[in-house]
Amino acid sequence: MSILNQPLSGWGRYPVEICATRRPERYQDLRVTAPVQIARGQGRSYGDAALGEMVILTERVNRMLAFDSVAGTLRAEAGVTLAEILDIIVPQGWFLPVTPGTRFVSLGGCVAADVHGKNHHHDGAFSQHVTAIELILADNSRVTCSATENIDLFWATVGGMGLTGIIGEVSLRLIPISSPYIQVRHHAAANLTETFALFENADIDDAYSVAWIDCLATGKSLGRSVLMTGHHASATDLPSALQAPVKIKPAKSMPFDLPAAVLNPLTVKLFNQYYYNREGSKTRPFFAHYTDYFYPLDGISHWNRLYGKSGFVQYQCVIPTAGAFAAVTALLQKLAASRRPSFLAVLKKLGAQNPGLLSFPLAGYTLALDIPMRDAGVLVLTHELDAIVLAHGGRVYLAKDAVLTPQAFRVMYPRHAEWLRVKAQVDAQGRFASSLSRRLDLGAHHE
Amino acid sequence: MNKTVMIVGATSAIARATSAAFAAQGHDIYLAGRNADELARIAADLAIRYRVQVRWGIFVAEDLASHDLFFTQAVADMGEMHGVVLAMGYLGDQQAAREFSVGMDVILVNFTAAASILSRCASYLEARKQGFIVGISSVAGDRGRQSNYPYGAAKAGLSVYLQGLRNRLYPSGVRVITVKPGFVDTAMTYGMPGLFLVASPQYMGERILGALSKSADVVYLPWFWRYIMLIIKFIPEPVFKRLKL
Repeated sequence: MSILNQPLSGWGRYPVEICATRRPERYQDLRVTAPVQIARGQGRSYGDAALGEMVILTERVNRMLAFDSVAGTLRAEAGVTLAEILDIIVPQGWFLPVTPGTRFVSLGGCVAADVHGKNHHHDGAFSQHVTAIELILADNSRVTCSATENIDLFWATVGGMGLTGIIGEVSLRLIPISSPYIQVRHHAAANLTETFALFENADIDDAYSVAWIDCLATGKSLGRSVLMTGHHASATDLPSALQAPVKIKPAKSMPFDLPAAVLNPLTVKLFNQYYYNREGSKTRPFFAHYTDYFYPLDGISHWNRLYGKSGFVQYQCVIPTAGAFAAVTALLQKLAASRRPSFLAVLKKLGAQNPGLLSFPLAGYTLALDIPMRDAGVLVLTHELDAIVLAHGGRVYLAKDAVLTPQAFRVMYPRHAEWLRVKAQVDAQGRFASSLSRRLDLGAHHE
Repeated sequence: MNKTVMIVGATSAIARATSAAFAAQGHDIYLAGRNADELARIAADLAIRYRVQVRWGIFVAEDLASHDLFFTQAVADMGEMHGVVLAMGYLGDQQAAREFSVGMDVILVNFTAAASILSRCASYLEARKQGFIVGISSVAGDRGRQSNYPYGAAKAGLSVYLQGLRNRLYPSGVRVITVKPGFVDTAMTYGMPGLFLVASPQYMGERILGALSKSADVVYLPWFWRYIMLIIKFIPEPVFKRLKL
């Protein structure tokens, strides 16, 4: 099969590497052909997880194979996107049990990163709704794994960043809905203490919750935020104007790289003030289409160009509940002091961790920050942030990461040794490797 | 309506996109190809996405003697056949195909087998006095050149065969459209050096469907290939034979 050499990056556009790529169109061509390879879906991980010397593009292996609209189950090839799935299932009364902040991700990517959504504190991560995975192993044999079959391989594969094999097919349980709308409520919090109080208030909690944080606010406003809660609206609650089927607006596109100077501390501060006042005042419940509630940034194609040509790193960590307030305070202070404007900062409460050996979520709070990659000082900053996270027993999210050290990784993911044992069993020669796995020393390296 | 459209050579990217375009219009689909696993996957996908009836059958292009029975069974399976899109194509290794023992397969699949199945479809549609045939030929058939003349010759033959069918079936009200794609972003071209103005399979699928509601008999896709090929055809042979194309 033909090979195309091309520059690739993750969604953060840092780093950029020239990779050999293959793009199979048939399921049987989704296989190991090179000494070393890694699968890549939509390239929506942010760093170097889907880069490597040979990248298998799964975008055309994207067939939906079985959809039971009575039982609410779906089986599909890993290259299909959540957007394609939603287009089919929502009109028939079903929704994804867990969705990340973009629908333009592949199903396989959701498994590989064991993604979480705004309902993690109730419903857990993506893998907890996966009933089976067909994995293509290093010897090109195909094996089914699930929480009840080839269990060790399953929990090494979810969150395993594609390093146990090529995720070929995924079977999933869906959740029933009766409308495409979310009933949303916003709650303004003047500082971090109020923000945490809102998250811990059971009367305010809902199926989904997430807080937008103004990460340039300092002093007694540090950590001011807007908490956005919501649940699937039932069709009977909807005003008549929303009963008609909606046409999803085509995405606007960011046509060029924004010059670096546009996003500076002053402009971001002004935007944040405006956004806080506007969104924080929506205290009465309102209805939002699911695309607007879950995927606000999907409305702008190539929004990653906002950070200019040099890209950005997204720093996402989770801190166990006990130390979360102290750690988030320290992280926000560190970021504010760095005078690096983060356009997007999000705080979210997570529920209990699952048995996924490299799965990110654990019971606590997760903070996500975009940091423009303007100079090498960013690496100094992220390592300072890592130190705060480590001191509070937290970890960073591999799907977002481009800069973590192997030493820090091993402390953050205490089950990595168990994961490496499974990796050694199924891929002793290191046929699956990415730039991330080499950076973090994840498994044998085929030379 | 559910007028069934048969896609011959249904597992390529262009064929899949064309099937999707017809299915999105509510047509039932019959997929013909040689790879059972792929056919089943594509059929399931089309049925889920577009909620139309999709069936498939194994079609072995080189086995000319099997075509008659294949077509009869496909029609019996679907109840009727309203149109046919001939999407099969085999480029192979054009260097190796200079040797006739290798190049024979290219001619067999792209021309002989195509003519065989098309003749069966034509008789059926002629008797029904309605429907259409879309044949996917290639700009490579517009002029022979050293880099791919076995493929080009077969596609040139196919273009003339379709032209003849068009003439024959006109009185019966059966549309025959010849599609000549330029470069399309498929497995056939992936990683190929020197590509330019590459079209997506989705574009091809939509335009192939769209051609049925327009009057043109020969459709270049994208449209500018008509002019690129016009220029190439105008180069006098004494000059052309000296070029390295």
